[in-house]
Amino acid sequence: MNFLRKKLDEIKRPFQKGEKFEKFAPAVNAFDTFLFVPNHTTKTGSHIRDAVDLKRTMVTVIIALLPALVYGIYNTGYQHFSQLGGDFSFLDAFIHGAWKIIPMIVVSYVVGLSIEFAFAVYRGHEVNEGYLVTGLLIPMIMPVDIPLWMVAVSVAFAVLIAKEAFGGTGMNILNPALTARAFAFFAYPTYMSGNKVWVSEASSMDGVSGETILGTLAADGKVNYSIFEMFQGSIPGSIAETSTLWIIVGATILIATGIGSWRIMLGSVLGAAFMGFLFNLWGANSLMSFSWMNHLVVGGFAFGVVFMATDPVSAAQTAKGKWIYGILVGIFCIMIRVFNPAYPEGVMLAILLMNVFAPTIDHYVIQGNINKRKKRWASALKTA
Amino acid sequence: MSTGIRTRRGAKINLKGGAEKILHNTIPSETYALKPDNFFGIVPRLMAKEGEKIAGGAPVFHAKHNPEILFVSPVSGTIKEIRRGAKRKILEIIVDAQNGDTITHEIKQIDTLKPEEVLEILLKSGAWAFFKQRPYGVVADPKADFKSIYISAYSTGPLDVDFDFLLKNNKQDFQKGISILNQLLPGKVNLGVDANFKGFFENVEGVNLLSISGAHPAGNVSFQIQKNDPINVGEKVLEIRPEDVLNIGLLFSTGQYHAHRTIAVAGGSVGNPRYITAKIGAEINSLTKDFDIDDSIQNRFINGNVLSGATVASNGYLNFYNNLLTVIPEGNDYRLFGWLPFVDNKIPSLSKTSFSWLFKNKGYEVNTNLNGEERALVVTGEMEKVFPMDIYPMQLLKACMAGDIEKMEALGIYEVVPEDFGLIDYASTSKIEAQEIIREGIELMIKEVG
Repeated sequence: MNFLRKKLDEIKRPFQKGEKFEKFAPAVNAFDTFLFVPNHTTKTGSHIRDAVDLKRTMVTVIIALLPALVYGIYNTGYQHFSQLGGDFSFLDAFIHGAWKIIPMIVVSYVVGLSIEFAFAVYRGHEVNEGYLVTGLLIPMIMPVDIPLWMVAVSVAFAVLIAKEAFGGTGMNILNPALTARAFAFFAYPTYMSGNKVWVSEASSMDGVSGETILGTLAADGKVNYSIFEMFQGSIPGSIAETSTLWIIVGATILIATGIGSWRIMLGSVLGAAFMGFLFNLWGANSLMSFSWMNHLVVGGFAFGVVFMATDPVSAAQTAKGKWIYGILVGIFCIMIRVFNPAYPEGVMLAILLMNVFAPTIDHYVIQGNINKRKKRWASALKTA
Repeated sequence: MSTGIRTRRGAKINLKGGAEKILHNTIPSETYALKPDNFFGIVPRLMAKEGEKIAGGAPVFHAKHNPEILFVSPVSGTIKEIRRGAKRKILEIIVDAQNGDTITHEIKQIDTLKPEEVLEILLKSGAWAFFKQRPYGVVADPKADFKSIYISAYSTGPLDVDFDFLLKNNKQDFQKGISILNQLLPGKVNLGVDANFKGFFENVEGVNLLSISGAHPAGNVSFQIQKNDPINVGEKVLEIRPEDVLNIGLLFSTGQYHAHRTIAVAGGSVGNPRYITAKIGAEINSLTKDFDIDDSIQNRFINGNVLSGATVASNGYLNFYNNLLTVIPEGNDYRLFGWLPFVDNKIPSLSKTSFSWLFKNKGYEVNTNLNGEERALVVTGEMEKVFPMDIYPMQLLKACMAGDIEKMEALGIYEVVPEDFGLIDYASTSKIEAQEIIREGIELMIKEVG
């Protein structure tokens, strides 16, 4: 460890204050702090600090994402081979999926982190760790056959427009990962919807039945999957969104570590269940009569509410606000699914919509606190 | 009269090196210091010169904008040195303790003193400096109307002192101090005590007893005021520390200014943490001689607790308002992959990304490492967990950063002081300096609103 430390200090010398490459210090620091927690001590304020930092927080989210990602990789291969027919092993499926997905992850990280590093150097602040999560989320919510250059363009759009244009990490209004998906969705619709995009290499196959369940329902078709398959995730869909089971494992990690807001998750589930139940009573078309329980396990709902809606920067920030925000995400998700057959998956738009309204929700929650205080002042003046 | 106040928010951080309840006698310090910086909102005007011989209780400086407020010498002796910093700002006034006279004020029948007579004695003896005023925690303005007085004998900060132990040998004088406060503001004295162990405070007369249960910062006066009777715009409240109530009791029975300070010397670097008796402004070197402080490592000496105290040199002096001297190791070393979750579990963490909670009862060994680097504010909800007041801390901090006075006012700046945000500093994932931000916010309020 000492050897490594000395070596690093040597490498960092030309980047120190007053030296030649001072401007590029954030870039080297990012690598250094990835290896070592720095030796910085407290200067003002509290003399001791919690062990948690943003790196640890973000890495915890990545750990929570891994079960869904691993299953997504397997499911990519599973969908591919089961459409082809014939025998295949778990390993075959996994390797096929990995060949597809790992390049997407690499592209997402390389493009996104390059932009983040460039902005850190330009603005003279340290590299924020937020992109570690965003960079993994983006490929996880894309259809598997999307070309890599589209991933790159969507990432660039999301980081530049959704994040850095607003002032960087902590300042963005929209969830960057969802912005990337929304961008791809509207810019390249043929790659983002239909019945050919959800199964790996489907375009080179004949007679693929690779519709998502929501897509089938929107076209008033018949769903051939059991609720167990929907829950376990062996259905077509974006890479990591299909397995509610493994997403719940991730959610458990997020809630147990206190990183993800259980208020938002629970609120969304309640909101969606309520809305789904109402539509069940109405039952005018096949999407409406699709059981509210099934609504919770198909499509991107589970992935969206666990990993996207809970992004602390773009979600509501007050405890009360988080409840309202979560419930509305759930309600709007089902409403968009049912009323808007052009967008069979409602969760992306529901979360983006609520991202925009989150500051308004917080505003009213905080205004409540302010009004209470002002009322108290007024009554104190009256009695005085 | 007794009021119960409880909260489930906040946190207790159990550190190694808590002071044993033993009162250790040390040889009195040879020099003492008065530090104008200890008095928030005061610009000092010197009243004594270097080399001048002064009596105990003689004024050393007064407040520039309020010459009635005197700051007096805790001992008799000679002004040894006036230490100045940049722009000739007075940092410390060092008094060399020597045998000599102590000023005695004439106090007529105590029981019949009117509020203004009590105030006059407090002012001319220098004891008025014991009072801080809310909003803002500045030295109190003697001309203001005060709504009430708050004393918190419930200390919740890490390694904080036990006021029952500290004062129980001086019950009568403490009671006397309380009676004097009652003469200053009849029927408006509030005493916050630990609901689970009230000690002798249970029998103190003439106070509204606030039985507090909950973790830090429940011992802070701000919290107790807000739960009992929150401060409204334009209102002012007095705050005084328990041992200074005793000092006031002694002042009124002897006529002399008393500057007792029982200090707990505690923290991971202290070999045998105990209590000692001293006086305000005593030399730290002389006090800590018998405490086996591990000097093979770099230590940080803190006047106060690890959350809100002030760094002081090991050859520096005690501050005016604290009963605790904490010594912990500096943490200027690297940790390989220390940012991974569930790594280095010996470092206490309020987040569940560490198993540190398993060692809660053992007492943590902490150092001053920042455990990360400052980042943009990302995580939400963590501040509210350690902030028991009916205030949105993150929004208030943002209002302070933006310098938006109207918003700061509306969000409750009148009800807080920087140390209420100590745990927020500690718990923050983004390593923000919340106490500093609030301090700057309060300075802005004083400048713009007054």
